Amino acid sequence: MEIPRHWRLKQQRYGLVGEVCPHCDAKIFPPRDVCPNCGDEAKTLYTFSGKGEVFSYTTIYEAPSGFDSNAPYTVALVKLEEGPMITAQLTDLGEQPVEIGMPVEMVTRKMRNDGDERGLIVYGYKFRPAWNMPQG
Amino acid sequence: MTTPQTSPTLLKPAKPVGIVGYGAYVPRYRLPAKEVARVWTGGKGAGLPIKEKAVPGLDEDVITMSIEAARNAMLRAQIDPHELRAVWVGSESHPYAVKPTSTLVAEAIGAVPNTQAADWEFACKAGTEALVAAMGLVGSGMGHYAMAIGMDTAQGKPGDALEYTAGAGGGAYIVGPAEESLAVINASYSYVTDTPDFWRREYQKYPEHGMRFTGEPAYFKHITEAATHMMEAMGTTAKDYKWAIFHQPNTKFPQRVAGQLGFTPEQIAPGLLVPVIGNTYAGAAIIGLTATLDLAQPGDRILMVSFGSGAGSDAFDITVTDRITERQSLATKTQEYIARRTEIDYATYVRYRGKLAMR
Repeated sequence: MEIPRHWRLKQQRYGLVGEVCPHCDAKIFPPRDVCPNCGDEAKTLYTFSGKGEVFSYTTIYEAPSGFDSNAPYTVALVKLEEGPMITAQLTDLGEQPVEIGMPVEMVTRKMRNDGDERGLIVYGYKFRPAWNMPQG
Repeated sequence: MTTPQTSPTLLKPAKPVGIVGYGAYVPRYRLPAKEVARVWTGGKGAGLPIKEKAVPGLDEDVITMSIEAARNAMLRAQIDPHELRAVWVGSESHPYAVKPTSTLVAEAIGAVPNTQAADWEFACKAGTEALVAAMGLVGSGMGHYAMAIGMDTAQGKPGDALEYTAGAGGGAYIVGPAEESLAVINASYSYVTDTPDFWRREYQKYPEHGMRFTGEPAYFKHITEAATHMMEAMGTTAKDYKWAIFHQPNTKFPQRVAGQLGFTPEQIAPGLLVPVIGNTYAGAAIIGLTATLDLAQPGDRILMVSFGSGAGSDAFDITVTDRITERQSLATKTQEYIARRTEIDYATYVRYRGKLAMR
């Protein structure tokens, strides 16, 4: 049971909420309160647009415990529009092949059960192929 | 149109209210009805109730689907999520028996903590119930904006008639003052009785239904009464509405009730989505309205009537305003979700819907 951790990370997981450095304007994800770019304190919350592209990817057939019911699934390094690179599952691929450079967008999805089906349902960000992205 | 009359039975807020933002969601996967027939009736069984139904992916449920519809509604409303005084989700497929869907949705869209949050239940009309409540909250001045969502990942027993149609999808609405609205809700009216047409007991996975009893005394009676009373009270006839949306458990029922009430096939066409996404239960009438608003023009008048088993109907008389044109393209349209489509077979459907006992 990791209830305190799930609770603590909910904002970044549900809504891709990171930080912006007030000194050098670097966008930071995951939030860490210290800017990795200039080393100054950075605690201002910043909600990412959720837009990015696939930097690299791999398909998982032997999934770690808790994720096995979803296997096989694809995990990607996603380069966010605002700069940071994050690791996330891809979803809603249908029959679409994954390609490096493919534009993707963030969605909030079920990640796994904490423990068995009696446990908490853990939700978080995944990315799907960007399609028909609304402007503005 | 004749002059509207006031009726003591109409649910009409003291302060005029309307829809300031709306959004839909339909998952990507589709199970053709002929695929269900292939497995359970050897491909026989003439007159399938729909063409295909939407099926949620392995990582989707009413919470994730509500979040996406809510984000679409926020894009169209262009308001700060902290201005929402309520986030209400109506469904009969809440992921938890105890733990609200609504708090998680509110957290994900950034509406917490100064907001009301609650989950609504009334079979297929839980979403429109939340919408009536949102009208009350805004119309009384208790809050400036309130969000009402109707969303379902409907359950159907393998091989049962419901399995052909039990789909997934729904919509979210942000209710606010009429002067900020893309569509003014002129009034609503609710008609309910205790009618045992469909139910699911606690701890049961699949619902039971009263076979043909679900038709005349349930669906047709409640929708007809709600629509007729609403039109009498508003001094309107079917001709005064450009569009109409009726709850849609299959293709035939809404077509028949529309005809009985004097509506043409053209009037219900944009909102009749059941043939291509299935019956989305608490989302059914509500997502029909999102598809209708996607192509509505300023001045269009719309009648929406939901139906929930048990049983009741909520009717809404809506007038589209000039703001509609600037907001329609601010989020993904309902037909765009419907066009994003990956067909699956029955085996994949069984896996996606968790119908295999793994231990």
